[in-house]
Amino acid sequence: VLHTTRPLHTTQQRLAPLPPLPEKGGEVRYGLIPEEFFQFLYPKTGVTGPYMLGTGLLLYLLSKEIYVINHETVAAACILTVIIYGIKKYGSDVAAFADKLNEDKVAQALAVKNGAIKGLETAIEQEKKEQWRVEGRSYLFDAKRNNIAMLLETNYRERLLTVYNEVKKRLDYQVALQNLKRQKEQDHMIQWVEKSVVQSITPQQQKDSIAKCILDLKALSKSAQAAA
Amino acid sequence: GPLSERHLMDVRLGELPTWLATCDFSPQGLLGGVQKGWNSYYDKYINVKRGGPAGISMLLAGYCLLSYGWSYQHISKISFLLQE
Repeated sequence: VLHTTRPLHTTQQRLAPLPPLPEKGGEVRYGLIPEEFFQFLYPKTGVTGPYMLGTGLLLYLLSKEIYVINHETVAAACILTVIIYGIKKYGSDVAAFADKLNEDKVAQALAVKNGAIKGLETAIEQEKKEQWRVEGRSYLFDAKRNNIAMLLETNYRERLLTVYNEVKKRLDYQVALQNLKRQKEQDHMIQWVEKSVVQSITPQQQKDSIAKCILDLKALSKSAQAAA
Repeated sequence: GPLSERHLMDVRLGELPTWLATCDFSPQGLLGGVQKGWNSYYDKYINVKRGGPAGISMLLAGYCLLSYGWSYQHISKISFLLQE
């Protein structure tokens, strides 16, 4: 059970972000003795105090043979000379190299951070663009509504045309029917009249009409001869 | 501040016995003290942006002195001195 009344984060320290490392370490003189020692002796003995202390200590150690001089002393002296010479000569180069390594790490981290920031910024811009696009929704729906209205209109007109065509076809049929009926009646009547006329021409009438025709022709030929 | 929480440098000479009494001499306390000392040394000389030879050279010098102290008996024996 978590006691929710217990206060959290009561100390001042926070784990992140870490405070940056200090630029330089504590001051050390001759690479071995911290400055604090010199400052500690300064009020009582001035500047030369620690050096006198060091010299006295060294002479005491040597004279009392607390520090014996043997082959190891010579070896230590040679090693120290080589080390000090190496540090003096190549120290700055090594320092620059190490600084460059650090620099690269920091630059990489910065690049990652900048890349992330850029990515998020482009995402923000795209989001804003999408929001702007949303405003055009009303135009989209207006266009869609217009389309649908047009479709309905077209459909209505097509069907109107079909109705008109169908009705016209039926009316044409009726008209054609009447025409045909009249035609048939006419033909029939003509035929009947002709048949009855031909039937009514008896043979006697036929002879008489032929004789009359011959007489007319003779008269015509006579008048034609007279005219010519 | 109170006596028990001051560093050794800030304790006056007369208060030294009382300060020593407030110190924690159990194994855990000693280990904690060693840990704190180690960490403070590291923070002062090694965990910096531009360190120099001072950080490790002091440790090496301390090691030299310590090993000299341990082998003093053997070095100062006359048989060792006459071997060359």
